[in-house]
Amino acid sequence: MKEILRKEIMPNVRLTHLQTDKFKTGVFSATILTGLDRENASKNALLPYVLRRGTVLHNDMDSIAALLDDAYGAVIEPVVRKKGETHCIGFYADFADDFFLNGKESVLEKVIGLTAEIMTAPATKSGTLLHEYVDGEKNRLLDELEAQVNDKRSYVLSRSLELMCAKENYGINRLGRESQIKKVTAAGLTKHYRKLIAGAPIELFYCGSAGYDRVENAVLEAFAALPRTGFIPIPQTEILTRPVKSEPRVFIDRMDVGQGKLVIGFRMGEAALHPNHPALLVFNALYGGAPTSKLFVNVRERMSLCYYASSQIDRHKGVMLVSSGIEFNKYEVAKNEILAQLEAIKGGDISEAELESAKKTVMNAYKASMDSQSSLEGIYLDNCLSDIRYSPDVMAALVYDVTKKDVMDVAAGVCADAVYFLTGNGGDTDES
Amino acid sequence: MKVKDYTSIGERVFHEKLLNGLPVYVVSKPGYSKGRAFFAVNYGGADRRFKANGKWLNTPAGIAHYLEHKMFDMEDGNALGVLFANGASANAFTSSDMTAYHFECTENFEQNLRTLLKFVSTPYFTEESVEKERGIIGQEIRMTEDSPETAGYFGLLKLMYKKHPMRDSIVGTVDDIAQITPQMLYDCHGTFYTNTNMVLCVVGDVDPDMVARAAEEILPKARGEAPIKDYGRDDAPSGKKRSVKAQMAVGMPLLFAGARLEKVPNERILQQEITAQAALRLLIGRSSPLYMDLYSRGLIGRDFLGQYDRIAGQAMLIFSGESRDPEAVAEAISERAESILNEDFSEAFERQKKALIGARLRELNSFSDVCYNVAKGCFDGYDPFEAISALQGITAKSVRDMISESLSPEKLMVSAVVPK
Repeated sequence: MKEILRKEIMPNVRLTHLQTDKFKTGVFSATILTGLDRENASKNALLPYVLRRGTVLHNDMDSIAALLDDAYGAVIEPVVRKKGETHCIGFYADFADDFFLNGKESVLEKVIGLTAEIMTAPATKSGTLLHEYVDGEKNRLLDELEAQVNDKRSYVLSRSLELMCAKENYGINRLGRESQIKKVTAAGLTKHYRKLIAGAPIELFYCGSAGYDRVENAVLEAFAALPRTGFIPIPQTEILTRPVKSEPRVFIDRMDVGQGKLVIGFRMGEAALHPNHPALLVFNALYGGAPTSKLFVNVRERMSLCYYASSQIDRHKGVMLVSSGIEFNKYEVAKNEILAQLEAIKGGDISEAELESAKKTVMNAYKASMDSQSSLEGIYLDNCLSDIRYSPDVMAALVYDVTKKDVMDVAAGVCADAVYFLTGNGGDTDES
Repeated sequence: MKVKDYTSIGERVFHEKLLNGLPVYVVSKPGYSKGRAFFAVNYGGADRRFKANGKWLNTPAGIAHYLEHKMFDMEDGNALGVLFANGASANAFTSSDMTAYHFECTENFEQNLRTLLKFVSTPYFTEESVEKERGIIGQEIRMTEDSPETAGYFGLLKLMYKKHPMRDSIVGTVDDIAQITPQMLYDCHGTFYTNTNMVLCVVGDVDPDMVARAAEEILPKARGEAPIKDYGRDDAPSGKKRSVKAQMAVGMPLLFAGARLEKVPNERILQQEITAQAALRLLIGRSSPLYMDLYSRGLIGRDFLGQYDRIAGQAMLIFSGESRDPEAVAEAISERAESILNEDFSEAFERQKKALIGARLRELNSFSDVCYNVAKGCFDGYDPFEAISALQGITAKSVRDMISESLSPEKLMVSAVVPK
């Protein structure tokens, strides 16, 4: 990997450039950063999909698809992500690197050009996004929202956050809400679009073999029509360090399923406000982020309660979720063991071997991310939203220095805020 | 080791069959921080009836997967823990026709490789440890039983294949795994985990000779025999029934539709795969009229897939995705498969060939895709790195023939999962 460059190339538009020739493809992403709030979440989630339907020059999906086929199967996909209380909406493109096309064609400029065209010159009628596309995408989004329950393991994660953070914007579904989606009009979405495109922060990312100047030139030319008439700062995330109530709140859903799904949501305490990122990551790996973790070794291997029991932290929000799939009647025993393992870490029951393997897991993940363009794209977007300006290899080095005390300091403030259980329709659950 | 350069795609591959019978592939990736090792057995959920010590054995569904879980047990600890403690990220999977153990790491590669080779070649099962796993796998089974994807997929295979054991869930049922004993696991390991029935693939900036040396030193010297297995005769779909519907706790219905493809000799597998991929792109790819029509009518989303698959000797086309109206989508696919035959699609075909170049190049970035494809190619007798060159050999006519032979209306089977 050569030098990493990051530069504000237009007002509130930043380009991150990573040059390497080890991949067969180039990756380009363009992400609008906007606040996740109840009023606009559904519009945000709709917008990239509506834009992707057609442009002034290529006004339907098949003409865009034909261009992409012709550009050696390049792909430009709409993406909607939630990081803390920032809604990250935009496009992720990947395409064959010139080197493998025998110097005959150059796909880079075409793909950046088409991405910019989709973002800045959507198909409109009398200045309004097409009703047909807005209505079509509203229905598609409603279907996608309804389909979330199909995958129970990921559904319970967003469902438990919705309940635990009901009064915070963080509780809002990445895709918005049914009633709000239904209310979106073409005129309202167009207005929202014009506001974002004129002033919201935009992150551009490129990783591939092309040098900085070539990429910057391509971007400046392609995005020349971007109207930068306003200025909206990067949205902030509200952080709660303590649970909402003194005892964890309990939420139960019932459904016709064969396996119970338990999720426990935690607030991260002081570590949420002043995160020691390397220590936070090591704590997660030690608690439930790897097969050497407390949760895997005890809840799965020692007690045979489940196939998975794992933890994950959203560092932007300072919230941790532990999730596991268990028999309905193992609710109490699993919940108690998950909480007991957290207490063990707080009490300093951390062996040298456990700490070392947690550190190695995190270091390996960081170093390995240098070999994946999509991981790099995600890491640099995360970094844009927090104070971190370290590259993955520097982060790996910082993890090396994390001590047992650092991990205990993180654990000290961690407190359960909500317990969620998805159980069957029968009456054999032992929740109390 | 012998070296082969694929200059047009920028790949260099070292390959050798070791004296102990194990085929080894090292795909050189200079400049990468991580290395991946992938140790695979030509053995999966469908391989349930086989000959061991001269006698035919029938084993329960889910046993290959159970064995995969128990292989991590070593006399002195758990191999997964050892690999993670040494900085590797490790895992394993069992499909219908393959069991694979793999890790990725950015340091201590050789040491981790030796651990991998050791634990996969050394069975160690006790009554107690086999018993303990029943709770864990029991929960994995519950998880898959709640999965509409699994229900839809296996519902489809049951329509498409009358007897083939890949019709059954890979993890088995709770009743199936209740029958599993340590002795059965030893029998399965002894029969299938032989050097000649396995492959080692390494991808990364790794010394090929080190890989060969480790495999020669650690694995048993005996080459072992190629197992004799029996999938039964399966030349026909289940019967007259062409569709099935399951009811589950889903928000949006799911469609799985599929059609069988003819069996081809090994040297034609790659050609079949690429022909199928081009056919799928023409039929229901993003630039096809059918995709546009279904998408704009709100019947499919961006995640709708048309895939070629080859499992346990059987090749097939599978269409899958969420849809408000699975039957309407299946019918539209059937109709389009007929109407496209009346069109001259040679121009669109040339564009799809171009698009496939990019798609296959993209796969080469993924170490896990590369390893899986190398293992598949090794077991089925073809070279996956020839895919892009093989593209030049396919014609619009071969695509037309495949669509007309395999996707005629009575041949498409449909499995739907709908809300209760």
